[in-house]
Amino acid sequence: MPQTKELLHVLAVDDSLVDRKVIERLLKISSCKVTAVESGSSALQYLGLDGEKSSSVEFDRVSQGLCNQVNLIITDYSMPGMSGYQLLKKLKTSSALRKIPVVIMSSENIMSRIDRCLEQGAEDFLVKPVKLSDVERLKDYMLKGQGEDDKVKAAYKRKLQEDDPSSQSLSKRPPLVN
Amino acid sequence: MAAVIQLQRQLLDYTTSLYNEAYLDGQFTQLQQLQDESNPDFVVEVVSLFFEDSQRLLDDLTATLNQQVVDFKRVDAHVHQLKGSSSSIGAQRVQRACIVFRNYCEQQNTEGCLKCLQQVKNEYYLVKNKLETLFKLEQQLVAAGGSIPMQ
Repeated sequence: MPQTKELLHVLAVDDSLVDRKVIERLLKISSCKVTAVESGSSALQYLGLDGEKSSSVEFDRVSQGLCNQVNLIITDYSMPGMSGYQLLKKLKTSSALRKIPVVIMSSENIMSRIDRCLEQGAEDFLVKPVKLSDVERLKDYMLKGQGEDDKVKAAYKRKLQEDDPSSQSLSKRPPLVN
Repeated sequence: MAAVIQLQRQLLDYTTSLYNEAYLDGQFTQLQQLQDESNPDFVVEVVSLFFEDSQRLLDDLTATLNQQVVDFKRVDAHVHQLKGSSSSIGAQRVQRACIVFRNYCEQQNTEGCLKCLQQVKNEYYLVKNKLETLFKLEQQLVAAGGSIPMQ
């Protein structure tokens, strides 16, 4: 039977088993296809970046559809080995993969960290624990493609340490200092 | 029918008390909202993963802190993991205990860390107990022909 609509495919990267299960469910409930891996290096392997080959070889492989196609990469920031930030850098410096939107997740709401990630090209920065409303917003990035840079930068979510019931909408609130 | 109503009441009261006493927070509610007919055991599955993961981390922490020379980086990494997973399932008291724990890690204070580890263990066993009771109540309700009320 032919597929009338292809699901958006998200690659989720997180070393925590619990978090992988949750993000996978969040994404599936939002009608996405999910591949969850536990490290940055696994993510790069999945995407066809070997690290040893030259970037033009990788570009050819990706453009020939020899590697797995994803519409979005969502990664945890703090991971053993390669951090989410290092993964982000590798993705954004890869000619084959830099167009894929990348979202960072972190349990720590640190301004400098958020800024650094956005500067490196991340679409958004989600403060954990991730909620359904966060994931629903991600679909916009996937559907729009690259998205407008300024709007995204202004819209990143900052969360106070107490749960705020009205924090479903994006608001520019200064984060509490840890 | 009366049994179902009574069990529903019991479940509701118990759940409310867990939130009031901060054993659980809004993130647990989020998880419950992700459960449906296609994934009826989602919450139990995630919580089971949390139990396995936490036990492993607590065992490792105990071993690491009892070494002659304590590897505080390792301790901190494990506490960070435990803080993360407890936050992801809404186990607020465990999460808070982990935050305190990390401060002592930073100070490389073995004595303080050991005390914190005990505190985290206490909170963990408490919430584990509470969640197991909660799941049992849910099972009883379903067995009596009722359905778990949506939060």
